[in-house]
Amino acid sequence: MLVKMSPSALKRTRWYEYGIRFVLGGLATVLAGALGARFGASVGGLFLALPAIFCASATLVESHERRSKEKAGLSGRRRGQQAAALDAAGAGLGSIGLVAFAVAFSVTAEASIIGAFALAIVAWAVVSVSAWWLRRKLRAVSRHPRAEHRVRSAGSRGSVP
Amino acid sequence: MTEYVVRFIAGGVIVSAFAILGDMLRPKSFAGLLGAAPSVALATLGIVVVQHGPHYAAAESWTMIYGAVALGCYSVAVCHLLMRYSLNALPATILASAVWLAVAFGLLAGFGGAA
Repeated sequence: MLVKMSPSALKRTRWYEYGIRFVLGGLATVLAGALGARFGASVGGLFLALPAIFCASATLVESHERRSKEKAGLSGRRRGQQAAALDAAGAGLGSIGLVAFAVAFSVTAEASIIGAFALAIVAWAVVSVSAWWLRRKLRAVSRHPRAEHRVRSAGSRGSVP
Repeated sequence: MTEYVVRFIAGGVIVSAFAILGDMLRPKSFAGLLGAAPSVALATLGIVVVQHGPHYAAAESWTMIYGAVALGCYSVAVCHLLMRYSLNALPATILASAVWLAVAFGLLAGFGGAA
């Protein structure tokens, strides 16, 4: 499946869900600043990668999936958990990009601040998307031999003509 | 006080922008990349540069590497709690915070901050 953008998906999000994410994002930023001011740059820096918003995002993804299954008259609990797990898997790959962001910013900040921000964002995007793409390719490659093996063993049992 | 209001608004706006983008993207594993978007970092580092200069911002972003590695471990922990232990998303993400804290502070204790 190609990457697609679907603005209609925004209709599934309720207004208060945007509010929750805004407040959590704001609080995480305030916390990172306050800890940096109290304990210094080293501790403050850790909190630049705090998954504060992630609990809200994963919960929303789970509830959206569950709601859409329940509309169809099915229990959506497991489907909701799977959707949230997929979201977490994506965040795991994105964290590799976040490492690239931090390294790029750290190395270039003292030369040029605007250049450091630009380079760091590009590094995050390129590394994250590459990690996602590579994982897809590796999964596709690891699935094909297994599928071939199943067809061969079924053929040897005579169930495949 | 004004500084914290600016931080709150900047953080809220940037986090919301990435979250809205993530809502629109498919497949879900790709949209999940935005769960690790540098939203808090963008808001904070901009203010840090203005307040303390680029050297301090570079030092903060150096230990952000540990935080990002911890975020990767956190995501794996959330996946396992959801799929193997069938927890719901909210308790899974809250419990996994212990993993984030342990890995982030463990790396800081082991490798130290920027000079």
